[in-house]
Amino acid sequence: MTNDATPNTQPTYYQEVERKGYSRRDFIGFCTMITAFMGLEKSAIGQVAKALETKPRIPVIWLHFQECTCCSESFIRSSHPIVADILLDKISLDYTETLMAASGFQAEEAMKNTMTKYKGEYILCVEGSVPTGADGVYCMIGGKTSMQILEEVAAGAKAVIAWGSCASNGCVQSAKPNPTKATPIHKLLKASVPLIKVPGCPPIGEVMAGVIVHLAAFGKIPELDRIGRPKAFYSKRVHDSCYRRAFYDAGLFVETFDDENAKKGYCLYKVGCKGPSTYNACGVMKWNNGTSYPIQSGHGCIGCSEENYWDNGRLYERASAFAGFGIESNADTLGKVALAATGVAIAAHAVATNVRKKKLIFELEKEGKQSEKELES
Amino acid sequence: MSKRIVVDPITRIEGHLRIEADIENGKIKDAYSSGTMVRLLEEILRGRDPRDAWAFVGRVCGVCTSIHSLTSVRCVEDALDITIPPNAELVRNIMFCTQYIHDHVVHFYHLHAMDWVDVVNALKADPKKASEIAQSISHWPKSSPGYFSDIQARVKKFVESGQLGIFANGYWGHPAYKLPAEINLIGLAHYLEALEWQKEIVKVHAIFGGKNPHPNYLVGGMACAIGIDDVSGINAERLAYVGQLLKDGKEFVEQVYIPDLMAIASFYKDWGAIGGGLGNYLVYGDLPTNGYKDTSSYKFPSGAILNKDISKVYDVDLRKEEEVQEFITHSWYDYKEGKDKGLHPWKGESKVNYTGPKPPFDHLDTTKEYSYLKTPRWKGNAMEVGPLARVLVGYAKGREDFKAVVDKALKDLNVPVTALFSTLGRTAARGLESTLVAQWGLDFFDQLITNIKNGDTRMAEMTKFDPSTWPKTAMGVGHTEAPRGALAHWINIEDEKIANYQLVVPTTWNASPRDNKGQLSAYESSLIDTPVADEKQPLEIIRTIHSFDPCMACSVHVYDEEGKHISRINILGD
Repeated sequence: MTNDATPNTQPTYYQEVERKGYSRRDFIGFCTMITAFMGLEKSAIGQVAKALETKPRIPVIWLHFQECTCCSESFIRSSHPIVADILLDKISLDYTETLMAASGFQAEEAMKNTMTKYKGEYILCVEGSVPTGADGVYCMIGGKTSMQILEEVAAGAKAVIAWGSCASNGCVQSAKPNPTKATPIHKLLKASVPLIKVPGCPPIGEVMAGVIVHLAAFGKIPELDRIGRPKAFYSKRVHDSCYRRAFYDAGLFVETFDDENAKKGYCLYKVGCKGPSTYNACGVMKWNNGTSYPIQSGHGCIGCSEENYWDNGRLYERASAFAGFGIESNADTLGKVALAATGVAIAAHAVATNVRKKKLIFELEKEGKQSEKELES
Repeated sequence: MSKRIVVDPITRIEGHLRIEADIENGKIKDAYSSGTMVRLLEEILRGRDPRDAWAFVGRVCGVCTSIHSLTSVRCVEDALDITIPPNAELVRNIMFCTQYIHDHVVHFYHLHAMDWVDVVNALKADPKKASEIAQSISHWPKSSPGYFSDIQARVKKFVESGQLGIFANGYWGHPAYKLPAEINLIGLAHYLEALEWQKEIVKVHAIFGGKNPHPNYLVGGMACAIGIDDVSGINAERLAYVGQLLKDGKEFVEQVYIPDLMAIASFYKDWGAIGGGLGNYLVYGDLPTNGYKDTSSYKFPSGAILNKDISKVYDVDLRKEEEVQEFITHSWYDYKEGKDKGLHPWKGESKVNYTGPKPPFDHLDTTKEYSYLKTPRWKGNAMEVGPLARVLVGYAKGREDFKAVVDKALKDLNVPVTALFSTLGRTAARGLESTLVAQWGLDFFDQLITNIKNGDTRMAEMTKFDPSTWPKTAMGVGHTEAPRGALAHWINIEDEKIANYQLVVPTTWNASPRDNKGQLSAYESSLIDTPVADEKQPLEIIRTIHSFDPCMACSVHVYDEEGKHISRINILGD
């Protein structure tokens, strides 16, 4: 078996997809989906399709440092079948400790081959933080520290993707007092390579797929927000897209888990939901092929895509208790929502669910106002 | 004169593992297992809300996701004397079963299969013959000659492209690969199929826990309130979906995983005499059918077996100080009273102290400390934990369900019961328990539906959720059987906060360095005498190591501001 292909001879995505037995129609369907995921205009579908048809496969090196492999696991859950196909063997995933056949010397050699042959061309994905304490000995692979490996591999990368909260903000091992000095990737990159942060513990599989496909399709990184996250997935708060938002606006809350309000699916804000301060796509894309997301399954958002989320207050503590947490000072302000608006929100919900009758709405409003009073007191 | 070889990184596992082995006359004479990453979660947990601990320790592992969270809520519930409602127990059991099926199938196809299946050799297969074989061992619908021919064509083009991605530099063509080309092709086809399938079964976690990886748990029960007629939460549609996913999961296990496992195993019977190792097995037990506290009701019975003697199963007690102890003789830690003392987790104390070579290095000094893992012992014995231990304890205790699947497998493969004590036995046991667990998951689901029909929709016991109701101090133990073996967490609660939190996890039992008496742990012991055909291609080493399904995550220790040790947590793998 040889390993001597050059970038020029690499098959394009479309050729690869065709080989797998997918039709042109499947392919366009995939492009449509991924375009929607990336938050692009419909007119971009053709652009994505064309790019995927003509661009060669990108070599990818995927490093694991201080992590739990939840990012890799989430990645292989990306829902559309064609996504799994493309990302697992349509990008050329040349080094990943989780899935690659080779171990030891052969594994390291595979990585070196890619670094040499595709210098300046490959994408570096990093899963995990880098411990800088004790000169880096808290994470060693093949006798080298993760600090040494990151520096070497990042130097020749076209772009770096920081998968998950570990690589983006340090996650659990960097929570106070951060004993290993777990450090996110952006603080260590010496080379001036573009960096994309994809936070979340883990990030949603389709979000990961979306980021990779964007790179593949356009050959450049997606539009990022001011802290380096793709705008398409991190521009809205979980709270903004929450299907239980109407209950929040109406002041209807779960008081304790498994109470009557919990069975009715009221807002989880009072039992600690961090949705109002968390930027992520969970409410829109949901998890595991749109099956559910934490709030839908009755537990509040724990804010896992936010920086320092492990130190941003306890899980079951109402979010407004946070210092500097501005929920009361924006348009969501409780108690200031016009009654009419409350009615509209509930009515909208009623249409959607087909369970709310006028009398019920009246009762809910009453309950909601009582609840608001309690919340303010 | 022996020669030292190093395999680092060991791939297709969770985390960072290094094996050094001395080879003499084509066989392994001695072996050393080293965990090379720590996250030191200890001080991070100290002082936090015990109800939050499940989320922190859940992040120990995203492969065997959910299992640390389960153990965590159990240790807090034990400390606070909370009995969760039957429905919450059932939902936890269903999620446990889902996790097993997912984890075991992914391990077999995506982490282990390439040790036995030669991907490149599959190109030589006759698709028609592959189809005939597939149809003779299973009624799985995707088995036509055209199906196998398509798979073969796809892989052929992939290989010809020269960019082999995850298959690059594999040990293809190694003499230890023994399968006919057609079985290789079937294995490869199902590698791809399992990759698609695995994202379905975990939807059970998404329904009850909101997402996977890392679903949500709750001290006192589960947060997924049942609103059977409501649009939100766990309603009739959601429950029906769970039922369907569990049925589909069972079908995949029975019609794809098990037939493939048996077909592949029949060509590697020699591995029924390789890789046995310790012969001591430890199981904490799990899957309660009459409440977690009634350990006699567990589907997986607890117990210990010594020296391969399955006529006797010893009782195990996690609260007894003399039973579980940890040693640091060859670990990068210090104890106040010296390197040779063993400490029960309740009294654990240590300080991380890396004394290995300065990176970059070629070799560790294995005469001294060589791992971030501590070395747990049960009554002084090195123990193996995991699927083989569970199956053996169930079998030794005379449980009919275990006997049925084990005896059938032994008969079908025409091997003696002693073949279980091996690399092959370990890999087979994982499959056999999957068939049991797939059925149990459906049984638990039926029970959940029955309870709801009978009007019981309780999902959480919240009367002791408010910390003001707690005693000033409390301590508890939570245990489970993680996919990779016996797992327990110990907690001390003081003034509503975590004073101490400790974990002793499966991969620590199996992958640890030798102890104060020089006794080898399971990985090292199982490698002794393993043949190595080509020392530059250590396929045989990774076969045996993968048969344990390594899951390395971290070893954690606590010290106070002065660097004086107070307590410790040892987390390693699932």
